[in-house]
Amino acid sequence: MNAPLTPSVGQPVSRVDGPLKVTGHARYAAEFDIPDMLHAALVLSTVPNGTIAAIDDEAARRAPGVHAVITHENAPRLPYRRMSQRPQVDAQSGDQLQVFQGPKIHFNGQPVAVVVAETLEQATHAASLVNVAYEEDEAFTRFELDRGQRPSSGNEKAGRPAETQMGDADAAFAAAPVKVDATYIQPREHHNAIEPHATIALWDGDFLTLYDKTQWVDNDRKEIAHVFGIHEDAIRVVSPFVGGAFGSALRTWPHVTVAALAAKVVRRPVRVELTRRELYTSVGFRPHTEQRVALGAERDGTLTAIIQEAWTQISDYEEYAEVTLDPARNTYACPNVRTRYRLVEMNTNSPCPMRGPGVATGLLAHETAMDELAVALGMDPIALRLKNYAEKDQHKDLPWSSKELRECYRIGAERFGWAGRNPEPRSMRADGQLVGYGMATAAYPAHRSKASAEATLFSNGTALIRTAASDMGPGTYTSMTQVAADALGLPLEAVRFELGDTDMPFAPVHGGSITLASVGTAVEAACRALLDDLSHVIGADLSGPFAGLSADDLEWRDGGAVRRGGGEMVPFEKLLRELKLDKIVGHGTSAPGQESKTYSSCAFGAVFAEVRVDPDLGTVRVHRVIGAYDIGRVVNPKTAHSQCIGGMVGAIGMALLEQAEWDERFGRVMNSNLAEYLVPVCADIRELDAFFVESEDRIFNPLGVKGVAELGICGVAPAIGNAVYHATGRRIRDFPILPDKLL
Amino acid sequence: MVPLSYIAVATPEAAIRRTAEGQGAEYIAGGTDMIQLLQEGIVAPLELVDINGIAFDDVSVAIDGIRIGAMARLSDVADDPVIRERVPVVSRALYESASPQVRNMATVGGNLLQRTRCLYFRDATTPCNKRVPGSGCSALDGQNRVNAILGGSDHCIAAYPGDLAVALVAVDAELMVTGPTGERTILVENLHQLPGDTPHIETVLKPGDLITAIWIPLAAAGRRSHYLKVRDRTTFEWSLASAAVSLGLHDDVILDARVAVGGVGTKPWRLRHVEDMLVNQRLDQALARAAGECSADGAEPRGQNAFKVTLLRRTVERALLQIGGLA
Ligand SMILES: Cc1cc2nc3c(=O)[nH]c(=O)nc-3n(C[C@H](O)[C@H](O)[C@H](O)COP(=O)(O)OP(=O)(O)OC[C@H]3O[C@@H](n4cnc5c(N)ncnc54)[C@H](O)[C@@H]3O)c2cc1C
Repeated sequence: MNAPLTPSVGQPVSRVDGPLKVTGHARYAAEFDIPDMLHAALVLSTVPNGTIAAIDDEAARRAPGVHAVITHENAPRLPYRRMSQRPQVDAQSGDQLQVFQGPKIHFNGQPVAVVVAETLEQATHAASLVNVAYEEDEAFTRFELDRGQRPSSGNEKAGRPAETQMGDADAAFAAAPVKVDATYIQPREHHNAIEPHATIALWDGDFLTLYDKTQWVDNDRKEIAHVFGIHEDAIRVVSPFVGGAFGSALRTWPHVTVAALAAKVVRRPVRVELTRRELYTSVGFRPHTEQRVALGAERDGTLTAIIQEAWTQISDYEEYAEVTLDPARNTYACPNVRTRYRLVEMNTNSPCPMRGPGVATGLLAHETAMDELAVALGMDPIALRLKNYAEKDQHKDLPWSSKELRECYRIGAERFGWAGRNPEPRSMRADGQLVGYGMATAAYPAHRSKASAEATLFSNGTALIRTAASDMGPGTYTSMTQVAADALGLPLEAVRFELGDTDMPFAPVHGGSITLASVGTAVEAACRALLDDLSHVIGADLSGPFAGLSADDLEWRDGGAVRRGGGEMVPFEKLLRELKLDKIVGHGTSAPGQESKTYSSCAFGAVFAEVRVDPDLGTVRVHRVIGAYDIGRVVNPKTAHSQCIGGMVGAIGMALLEQAEWDERFGRVMNSNLAEYLVPVCADIRELDAFFVESEDRIFNPLGVKGVAELGICGVAPAIGNAVYHATGRRIRDFPILPDKLL
Repeated sequence: MVPLSYIAVATPEAAIRRTAEGQGAEYIAGGTDMIQLLQEGIVAPLELVDINGIAFDDVSVAIDGIRIGAMARLSDVADDPVIRERVPVVSRALYESASPQVRNMATVGGNLLQRTRCLYFRDATTPCNKRVPGSGCSALDGQNRVNAILGGSDHCIAAYPGDLAVALVAVDAELMVTGPTGERTILVENLHQLPGDTPHIETVLKPGDLITAIWIPLAAAGRRSHYLKVRDRTTFEWSLASAAVSLGLHDDVILDARVAVGGVGTKPWRLRHVEDMLVNQRLDQALARAAGECSADGAEPRGQNAFKVTLLRRTVERALLQIGGLA
């Protein structure tokens, strides 16, 4: 007999899909080998606002290998049916960009034609032969605060209010003995996942199959069904692997429609794969945001006023808004809080969520301002945060379902060696460089959505779990396998988990760090349903070893059933064989309950950074980042750790490197490639570490987990900026902190 | 990308014949820049002549100098013991270029001829005099953080981006060039031209000219040398400012000096006035500072690249301090 299995949840299990990925066997959207497939190349507008006056596509049509050139002049009209309720990942008002339906140009880089040809090279060449003339209109390409408008009611309802007021923040600020008041800029940033977005569309009569890069197959299907005015049942979306997304594949972008439309026109499968440059205009980005933060405090550090105002860019056809001001409202206890949110319409493509959407942006300003306040008070930054510790979510006026943030500060400070910090700016040096220590709070709300899964146990003692979830990199495949293995009492190797197909039971969006709490609980429920069913059958089998027993009398472990209180384990193989069953199937659904109305749930962390700044050359290098996190129960410490340090890498970019270099004359991002849009490279990464404090949130969900992905990027950039201040005595409020700003 | 033909050649003669006669043929070596230019529609040759098969790819030492074959890969040259020992400025400049993957592919000949990283030159939808003569310069009043502060004109302020050429100027290197009219040598310092009102003409090379080797005279190889490169991230980025310094020292006195800077000029930029003030002086903190101070003389910053004035001064100062063991 095998040794008893130890539970897999809580173990640092390596990725179950790792071997597939490193051997090249994981198939990504663009890699499906579809017979007869044609290739598409887009023609993009080169002006930011206006109308197409004329399109000359003669030369393109005659170019070798070309099957079709589709423009607004010849494209089939698509119904673009409106959804009664747009999913949260979409803009909450306005209409999505409609491809080839008219001559209107909203932004530089908008698709104005697509060429379909035998090979990608032929398509690309022919696309370069399409000549488009425009009638230009005056474009809004400057980010002007006084053009800021209130969010529409759709966004107000979705938790992005124009104003909120608690107490009287302005009066309290005016009266505060200690205060800070400053403006912070976070530039437009792009996801730049390594896998470019790609779609292969294939029509079989009226049935459409899409191989797509998406974080949500079910929504992809729904969007395309609405665009084409067809039934969701007539569409299947397949997306087993996603090569990073960070939010860029949450919603369905126009190129997916282009693929389906082109495939319909040419009656052949068509592949659209965006180039790196196209990714800067064909999918979204983290919007340019400017914020004013004003904080007032008593001399002992007690916060008396928080005022935070944000202006953020949107497109002129849609209104995508963020929860930028949530951190101002609920990170600290303060009786007087006022927020104000404004949107600045521009001739640009629409922004969209990017890791830690809104919250990371809001925290960047808020946590920098808190550091400035600590300096003004002459107080330790951790002490200031503890002084104003939020014992409840004061904005929602609800208790936290769990909060171990105090422990995060304590453990983080200890592991980092915060006690060795001389609070005086410019006081620490090493190897001729200025040394700075900085810290910040991280927080990201924990949500869950309705989800479902199907579990199948086969007579060979293995199980298959399926759900239409996604894994853009965090390790869904692995954590779900662990959850299912434990629920079924099976070894990890006996469980296979599949995702990313609309033929599977529905799942919510793979975003907002909700997957484990939502899908994980559904997987557990499906396994439980399966076992309940099995216990019925074996209890009713009068000749079997468990005759007359019910589910309560049984335990499932080590690959089979055991009578509670002792007895021999009967393996699943044997049970099913004797019952003459090939398999047994269970379905499970899970959803948030009353607790979402009576508690506020949130993941927390304390982030500490050490930087080295060259005193003459202004270059900043991040020597180390240490975070201590409360993410609830840790299903897989290895993948959770990777999530956190991956977030830190992203945040080093946010703090020091990333920015779209926007040219107002053209309404165009000029550095739209990976040579000039800088993200951290290996040599920029030194020591990064993450610790998890003891925590389990059974109020929030039965698994006790909270979510980690977004949290990992939150708080890190302000911790780095605060460290730069400590190193240099210079406060840079306009990110990224490039050497120019420190010379 | 425009359809084109491709041919691989094994001798300089075959290569030159293709490009000199044929209309619109261009060389491709490692392809690390050429492929980008093709993909972005910035160049559109009718034929690519692959010169990787020409066996000029080693480093050899003669009594009077060091010869580097034009087809040698950046990584091989950077690692070469002779280069590391005799002309550390060259080895350092190569290690600080691109990434290991690019260095394994890229050749030294191709490196010298890489095109500017000016954002407008690289984006075919915007006006650029270098790409389309007469269309205008978008960088003058645009996103010009990486552009040049030295050697620009009203027509172009594109910075020369490479590192190797800057190091080579500091060691008096020459190029061996074979062309339709035979062989000749060109000082690396004279390879690139100022943009003036013809920014599309970047070098003194003529159609068909093939760089076959780089020659570093032994006299220069006897000097102490160093390369310092400053950039936003730790690696894999062109320079914001760089300094190649090579000094003939006796005790602490500078007998002979070369100072060339990169990332700041429209071509690899030699600072003769700085060299002059160094010669016959004792290398110390004060001298390094004074030399740094005047290294940006004549700079014409344009908006976002104004920081390069200060950065250049401090980079030159730091490079001198480092070479003197004073930093
Ligand atoms: C992401 C990235 C980062 C980089 N960072 C840096 C950096 O930090 N510093 C730096 O210096 N460089 C950098 N580079 C540039 C890189 O070093 C050059 O692209 C490379 O050295 C070019 O060499 P190649 O052999 O690939 O040339 P190719 O791309 O093949 O050719 C470049 C040009 O040279 C011509 N040519 C090539 N060989 C000869 C010859 N023998 N005779 C005549 N003409 C010839 C070609 O016709 C072409 O016009 C970077 C490149 C990339 C892609």
